[in-house]
Amino acid sequence: MSLALKARKVGLRLLEAIPTVIGILVVCFLLTRALPGDPAAYFAGPMADAESIEQVRRNLGLDQPLPVQFVNYVTDLLTGNLGMAISTGQPVVAELATRLPASLELTLGALLLSFLIAVPLGVMAATRPNTWVDHLCRFLVTAGVSLPTFFTGLALMYIFYYLLGWAPAPMGRIDMMYLPPETVTGFYTIDTLIAGDWETFRAAIAQMALPLITLALFTLAPIARMTRAAMLQTLGSEFVRTARAAGLNGRRVLVTYAFRNALLPVVTTLGMVFSFLLGANVLVEKVFAWPGIGSFAVEALVVSDYAAVQGFVLSMALLFVLLNLLIDVIYTLIDPRVGEES
Amino acid sequence: MTIPLLDVQHLSVDFATRNGTVRAIDDISLVVGKGETLGIVGESGSGKSVTSYAVMRILDRAGRIAGGRITYGGMALHKARERDMRDIRGREISMVFQNPRAALNPIRRIGQQVADVLVQHSQATRGNAREKAVEMLRAVKIRDPEQRYDAYPFELSGGMCQRVVIAIALACRPRLLIADEPTTGLDVTTQKAVMDLIVDLTREYDMSTILITHDLGLAAAYCDRLVVMEKGRIVEANGSAELFHGAREAYTRQLLQATPRIDSEVRDLLPAALRATAMPLPETHDVGEPLLTVKGLKKQFGKPGADNGHLAVQDLSFTIREGESLGLVGESGCGKSTTSAMVMRLLDTTGGAIEFLGEDIAAIPAAKFAAHPLRGKLQMVFQDPTDSLNPRWSAAQSIGDPLQRLASHMNRQQREARILELAALVGLPVNLLDRFPHQLSGGQKARVGIARAIALDPRLLILDEPTAALDVSVQAIVLNLLEDLKHRLGMSYLFISHDLNVVRLLCDRIMVMQNGAIVEEGNARQLLAAPATDYTRTLLAAIPHPPQAAAND
Repeated sequence: MSLALKARKVGLRLLEAIPTVIGILVVCFLLTRALPGDPAAYFAGPMADAESIEQVRRNLGLDQPLPVQFVNYVTDLLTGNLGMAISTGQPVVAELATRLPASLELTLGALLLSFLIAVPLGVMAATRPNTWVDHLCRFLVTAGVSLPTFFTGLALMYIFYYLLGWAPAPMGRIDMMYLPPETVTGFYTIDTLIAGDWETFRAAIAQMALPLITLALFTLAPIARMTRAAMLQTLGSEFVRTARAAGLNGRRVLVTYAFRNALLPVVTTLGMVFSFLLGANVLVEKVFAWPGIGSFAVEALVVSDYAAVQGFVLSMALLFVLLNLLIDVIYTLIDPRVGEES
Repeated sequence: MTIPLLDVQHLSVDFATRNGTVRAIDDISLVVGKGETLGIVGESGSGKSVTSYAVMRILDRAGRIAGGRITYGGMALHKARERDMRDIRGREISMVFQNPRAALNPIRRIGQQVADVLVQHSQATRGNAREKAVEMLRAVKIRDPEQRYDAYPFELSGGMCQRVVIAIALACRPRLLIADEPTTGLDVTTQKAVMDLIVDLTREYDMSTILITHDLGLAAAYCDRLVVMEKGRIVEANGSAELFHGAREAYTRQLLQATPRIDSEVRDLLPAALRATAMPLPETHDVGEPLLTVKGLKKQFGKPGADNGHLAVQDLSFTIREGESLGLVGESGCGKSTTSAMVMRLLDTTGGAIEFLGEDIAAIPAAKFAAHPLRGKLQMVFQDPTDSLNPRWSAAQSIGDPLQRLASHMNRQQREARILELAALVGLPVNLLDRFPHQLSGGQKARVGIARAIALDPRLLILDEPTAALDVSVQAIVLNLLEDLKHRLGMSYLFISHDLNVVRLLCDRIMVMQNGAIVEEGNARQLLAAPATDYTRTLLAAIPHPPQAAAND
């Protein structure tokens, strides 16, 4: 397939994301309106009387019919205004801007770590069935799916912080002794490297290690399992037999013929795993007092802070769309057959 | 005789299965001389492929060589190290496989796959691999090899893919080529092209060949000597012509008999014991009123009116009368399956009329036809007996399904009685009715498929290559069953196939189709005896011609 055709396919896939985004806006808006509790009463505070609550309601535009509110909401969105978070008194946009990188750093880091461990593990398990590697793979997969993240988080904390004292106090993104690096990407690990501050970099990594391992253990399971299954399938396929019969060496058969084909379903799995991760993130952030978007959302929900919840749901949904888009684009690029069947 | 190129002595291969060890190959011996072509013939499960895998040492994990010796050019392959085997595979001995599309890496450019082998065996460097691979693609007669180098397997036809597989196998000029069912699933014309290519190239490169096939006719046409295998043992080995005309063993004779020839009748295919008990076929049979009349049938794929719209079927007209069987023959892509899907009302037409039992069913949308009263009168037997059965349904459930859906007047007892009746009709033992498809043999599954199709007393049965996936001896029995059912139940057949020899056995009339149009139509015997068009002649010529009597050689 020519490059131009691929580019067109990718472009079309990008366009397809637009209706999804519109749908998200509608659902996100309606969902927060369906939350129990009266936001106007919260905004006005516990001392307010009926009249001032009414005043707040008018100020917030909550007395208007839903369609009008929706139009206002979308107009605000277009100007980058997501409203004020009651719980912190900050604009929601500002909250998200500082907290989203913290969550993303954790999530992407965990995804990368588990990918780096799970894929070789799955490949080794598939090429050496019923050996210790295969059993180890099976053990990790079972452990990964059966242990809840808050438990692994607490257990790791107990062992490595409380008993052994290897890990720093599980309080936020960086030890109090250090100053956060100057914000470039919002990822402390990257920002410290840009600043060339090795010591802070090490501190940030140390702080991140336990939550990262917790999340990675959780995502290891589906990736390793999928890799193993996909590898077993491609290794048993007829084209691998052809490659062997042609005398290609083991490495070439394994990598170019079996693994590249096995990677296709694994890439699809990655998208799914990422969405599990975002869900698991909320709990892990709570356990490790990580100042991410997940813990922010939980707090906002508890106090019925609709602007904050709306902002959270919207940003998460957009992240999902973006990620699925990315996976699809990668898939289109690595599999020449995509879209040819129709 | 000088030292043979390949010498297999007393080879046995075991497979470890859940139910203990199974001996797949039991004490076989064969030799292949330099420049010789040996055919290994057998039905599924005979161990013919396992033999070749053992020689190449590419048995899967469960299989192991239990005994015997494999000597190739003085080297003991049965105890060679994996590293040494790797240098032998592709460099000394190569293989061409069945199902060429699956045999190629789906996401790697075909040229690169050829280049991989060249580089592996130091026949090319990274620098000139492309050039050499293109040269090899040209040698296997792929048009525009420079452009094709960058194609992916899914962009090529089955025949073209097989040429690429051959290019991979022959790239390093091995001395022995093992071709394992290289043409199964390909059209007769493509089969001929591929086989001729293999013969030409192996002769040009002065190679020996082992041709593994279930088709005795093909093997006899292309091989010097034949080995017939059954259940892991060699039954008979002899020169092709000698074996073809004077088989000594009963099994070989039965296999020969079951292979349709240009002059055989459907009853001739059966083994003598079955032939004796078969019901006599009427000398002539009358055809009645037109049952199906197709007029100006058209099918366009792609957007209507668009430039890239492809007219798969163009202006097709034909009639099938009561009790008549019509054969529809053509190569893959000629539109025969599209035609059958439209007649079957599985696919909407672009234009034209399909009049069945006096009603124009082309006007009924395909999606609605499933609930139409005429659905039961128009049924189909599919190509793959395994894939066309629900794996989670027992044979009885599969046969009973059309009754349950379309014969609403029947109660449970009546349905059960009817299932038993149908099983008896198609010769399916009653105790097999509770079994699931994976517990049935190919022939038994074919019977289930036929029983299901005739459950509602159809007037017209569409047979879409109903025996293509079956062994010849099973094909013989299924073809005879279909012939019996036609006379007993008075059905009409539309028989679709690319194999003229098979179509002729069952059909009164034959239509030859090419590029969505009919090129020739006529009485089956006359059409085969004196084809009017070049295309039909090409199809006929492509059928493998076994050697004539030994005296002619």
